[in-house]
Amino acid sequence: MADDLNMLGEQLKEAFTDKVLSLENRLDELTMVIDAADIMAVFMRLRDDPNFRFEQLIDVCGVDYSTYGCETSEGGIYLVDEERINPFKQRFAAVYHLLSVEHNMRLRVKVFALDDAMPMLDSVIEVWPSANWFEREAFDMFGIVFVGHPDLRRILTDYGFVGNPFRKDFPLSGHVEMHYDPEQKRVLYRPVSVEPREVTPRTIREENYSRH
Amino acid sequence: MAEIKNYTMNFGPQHPAAHGVLRLVLELDGEVVERADPHIGLLHRGTEKLAEHKTFLQSVPYMDRLDYVSMMCNEHAYVMAIEKLAGIDVPLRAQYIRVMFDEITRILNHLLWLGASGIDLGAMTMFFYTFREREDLMDVYEAVSGARMHAAYYRPGGVYRDLPDTMPQYEASKIHNASAIKRMNENRQGSVLDFIEDFCNRFPANVDEYETLLTDNRIWKQRTVGIGVVSPERALALGFTGPMLRGSGVAWDLRKKQPYEVYDRMDFDIPVGVEGDCYDRYLVRVEEMRQSNRIIKQCVDWLRKNPGSVITENHKFAPPKREAIKQNMEELIHHFKLFTEGMHVPTGEVYSAVEHPKGEFGIYLVSDGANKPYRMKIRAPGYPHLASLNEMSRGHMLADVVAIIGTQDIVFGEIDR
Repeated sequence: MADDLNMLGEQLKEAFTDKVLSLENRLDELTMVIDAADIMAVFMRLRDDPNFRFEQLIDVCGVDYSTYGCETSEGGIYLVDEERINPFKQRFAAVYHLLSVEHNMRLRVKVFALDDAMPMLDSVIEVWPSANWFEREAFDMFGIVFVGHPDLRRILTDYGFVGNPFRKDFPLSGHVEMHYDPEQKRVLYRPVSVEPREVTPRTIREENYSRH
Repeated sequence: MAEIKNYTMNFGPQHPAAHGVLRLVLELDGEVVERADPHIGLLHRGTEKLAEHKTFLQSVPYMDRLDYVSMMCNEHAYVMAIEKLAGIDVPLRAQYIRVMFDEITRILNHLLWLGASGIDLGAMTMFFYTFREREDLMDVYEAVSGARMHAAYYRPGGVYRDLPDTMPQYEASKIHNASAIKRMNENRQGSVLDFIEDFCNRFPANVDEYETLLTDNRIWKQRTVGIGVVSPERALALGFTGPMLRGSGVAWDLRKKQPYEVYDRMDFDIPVGVEGDCYDRYLVRVEEMRQSNRIIKQCVDWLRKNPGSVITENHKFAPPKREAIKQNMEELIHHFKLFTEGMHVPTGEVYSAVEHPKGEFGIYLVSDGANKPYRMKIRAPGYPHLASLNEMSRGHMLADVVAIIGTQDIVFGEIDR
């Protein structure tokens, strides 16, 4: 398995010399970072090249890296540390998990969206039809726009929902709550009355803390 | 000539055949489906966001509530992700226990599926038959974890506790008198393993019973043969996994191809369909129950002969023994830190997948070294399956949509998350 992964790594480097931004083999998993502009070319080749044959798109996961490495207070507010260096230059990324049934191999491809305010990536629905709902979910939860998706609607949140709930600046309790108004005899929204509460604050220890 | 016009029909979210809270907007030409647009998210609880605000251990019970008919398999993918990222060694006995309970869970899931899709297509009796066996397996769940469904039994580093030596017994009541209770408790006199073994010996005959009701049943075949056909190429492209993929003839099973825990030591076969229709997927699932039964038997044999520890000794991730906590300062501190601050998982990202009864259930975990995950993505197998409902049901009759929803084994806990 490990040899196969190293071989796949070599083949990837050879096939996409100028397109691979980084290629890392950790915990027997291969992660490749590519540029947003190369999505279609790279994914098409990953699917069709007999060396790769990644027939399946297993998952697309949106990630918001804006508070990576931050601790929180007991109220759940992110503490901003001036000295903290966020290793990620861009805020949003889409992580694609690919599976090759023919070669029995997995590959993770990560693509960062260049614009933090308006994250946009090319849709891969042409390459794998299973991208349809995965991309809708990332759009719903993170506001990543997948250009070329034929039906980019919200999927998991309520009809008429405002905001992107999985972004790190969206509070856990949300912005609005539902209640029944007996006078108007209908269900209405009002600003949320729950106070932010975090029983266990988020803490980061030195690197070797968990070593036996 | 009369004017013909298409109907748009709303199916669900409150409909017994919608398997939960599926709202389906169907465009019909007479009784033929032209387009099916599933509206999901009515059960969305934001599990992934909640997990970002809970310590690693606190998220284990959330996993039970994802696919609430295959609880322990969900937990398995989650604890495996943590173990992989932190490099925790799981004791061999714990691995066998996990494999055994994964297979018990698979039988539980397939039994519910068989009963529910039987009822969808008019075979009322199936539900009573399958729930009879489910009850026994839920008692096993209860014996080891205290809960019939939401077990929270798998923990990072092993399982919560070893298999108990006694099996809970029935007590006499207004409904059952003492002699009836004595008969009901006959196979509960020994340990949990004895009870499971007894179940394994009974179960193949039960599966035969189900098959006499359905496999050659004319109505069942009329409703399932040739319905919802998916070619192998299309099944791969649509992201199918598990019985949905195997029903289309692709021999892909993570337990065989990318074995985790002790599946490489198990002797079992993977059934594959030929036509890729609802009937083939039915046959695949029924055969999977028989194979799971074989695996459980092998685990029971091994577990009888090999006692030992069931959770890791690494106290940064698993609590020390209760006696040790009472006697040693070091152990007391470990216990205290573990249950207040929680474990710290090293920086990195990991994807761990298990062969869940419904397909590939995966957890993608990003950790920045804190006591909570930075991001956790749940890859639910039912999600791409339901996404293909439009394609699978196009051109079929309205009643066949029910058969297709049934064959996809939809559970909204995992799809909406």
